[in-house]
Amino acid sequence: MSLETEIIEISARAIIVSGSATLLASLWGLPIGITLGLKRFRGRNLVKGFFNALMGMPTVSLGLILYLVFSRVGPLGFLHLLYTPLVMIIGQAVLITPIAVSLTSSTVESIDPDIRDLARTLGASETQASLAVLRESTSGVLLALITSFDRAIAELGVALMLGGNIRGVTRVLTTSIALETTRGELLLGMALTAILLLIVFALNTLVNLIQRRASV
Amino acid sequence: MIELTNITKNYGEVKALDNINLKVFGGEIFAVIGPNGAGKTTLLRIMAGIERPTSGEIYFKGEKVNETNPIRLRENSTLVFQRTALFNATVEWNLAYGLKLRNRPRKEIDEKIKEALEMVKLQGFEKRWARRLSGGEQQRVSLARALMLGTDLFLLDEPTANLDPRSVSIIEETILRINRERQTTVVMATHNMFQAETLAQRATLLIGGKTLQIGTVREILKTPSEHVESFARLENVFSGTSKVAQGGISVIDLENGLKIEAAIRREGKVTLSVRPEDMILSKSQIVSSARNTFKGEVTGISDFGDSVKLRISAGKDFVAQITKRSFEEMQLNIGSEVYLTFKATSVRVV
Repeated sequence: MSLETEIIEISARAIIVSGSATLLASLWGLPIGITLGLKRFRGRNLVKGFFNALMGMPTVSLGLILYLVFSRVGPLGFLHLLYTPLVMIIGQAVLITPIAVSLTSSTVESIDPDIRDLARTLGASETQASLAVLRESTSGVLLALITSFDRAIAELGVALMLGGNIRGVTRVLTTSIALETTRGELLLGMALTAILLLIVFALNTLVNLIQRRASV
Repeated sequence: MIELTNITKNYGEVKALDNINLKVFGGEIFAVIGPNGAGKTTLLRIMAGIERPTSGEIYFKGEKVNETNPIRLRENSTLVFQRTALFNATVEWNLAYGLKLRNRPRKEIDEKIKEALEMVKLQGFEKRWARRLSGGEQQRVSLARALMLGTDLFLLDEPTANLDPRSVSIIEETILRINRERQTTVVMATHNMFQAETLAQRATLLIGGKTLQIGTVREILKTPSEHVESFARLENVFSGTSKVAQGGISVIDLENGLKIEAAIRREGKVTLSVRPEDMILSKSQIVSSARNTFKGEVTGISDFGDSVKLRISAGKDFVAQITKRSFEEMQLNIGSEVYLTFKATSVRVV
């Protein structure tokens, strides 16, 4: 396999793994975030604080914990998932869940009181008012998802410890950058870094555009 | 139409409304006059069914409003907020929202959109993005959106505060029109006495969460007595003793050395008011035909886009509204010394 095709393959895998992780995280992250944003219940601040704190979780620590869970002797060891792309997706999804939850809940919360009142004055029931709030939140939620994806594709700890950086199977951009650097292949490492940065920058530009539209 | 009995609303320790009793009759325009922070907004929110009172009862068309299900009240009344709230969508989408909730056919909605936009003089604005419009236009969209519903009760919270003059007159005209043509009952909160006087038949004076008086606007404004101090917190409202002088004017003594000349003939205690737009500001004393000139100091500045409101301390606190352009050219700041000038005919006495 030529170097070029390998680089393309690695980049594509990184995007697919992190993209799947983002989708997976949104499956539970969005409902939790929306509920936290819309509903007022006891212990809500505790839950929010919990997710906020987890946003700063070091990726290597999470990698280690999940490694223990999925390793042969771990509670989920029977699944034989260690060193597969699937476990990387699961691991990154766990990693970015707090970001997805926190950003979603704060965007919903910021929109809530005004739009909810407005919908009510126009004759909306509570459910209809909540729907109006969610409609206004879409761009903020999209933003939460893109930020989550950014974090997933740029992290090393989980990808390395759960995926193992196996060539052709679990090698992604960050793991190969780490490898090439330790092997002294600095030029290749720089090229891979450039690709990673390009992806992150492109997405951030998108985020900016969305924000500009949302803030008018 | 709507009756409140013993309504009290507390926010924690703060008593926003204190034992309010009032009745609004069908087909009238009723004004809630009061300074900022008097509880006007809270009162309207309770009347709109989006806020629950801590205690007390609301009767809408003779029927008690059930706290657990205010939907009937919500469907038959609507509130236009002071701080314009718009959905992040087109004007058309904003206007259609209420009727879509009521499952009305698209054709009817389209017709009503046209009609409502005509009323607030925003024809052809259907496809515009609502939040990109100017402040005055946005408030007119809010009003049009409320008009769409054709509700029996129309609640307006400071509908014209800080808007451009053209939007103000369009909004005032629209309020009068729906009241006359559709017999819509209107309750509006305002700190602008002129507005209350020109639009409303009856009013209540709300100060510190208490209704001090209910009656015709004139009756309320004529009673300075113990409420004078509270009145003074409204813009450019003062009370004093008037004495007829020569030349068809009266001199009103505000009892702190300040004397204001007014083009009226009146003796005795009066309450007077001057519109902030009628105040002329200058950096030095100007020679003019205007009868009243005071030297003062700028103590507050609030920016409203095209115009700027300045609080000026000149024995009493005056409020002057000038264009942004003049404000910039005069290079005024907090502490700047200015001369405040207004004509004797600008002084309204009630």
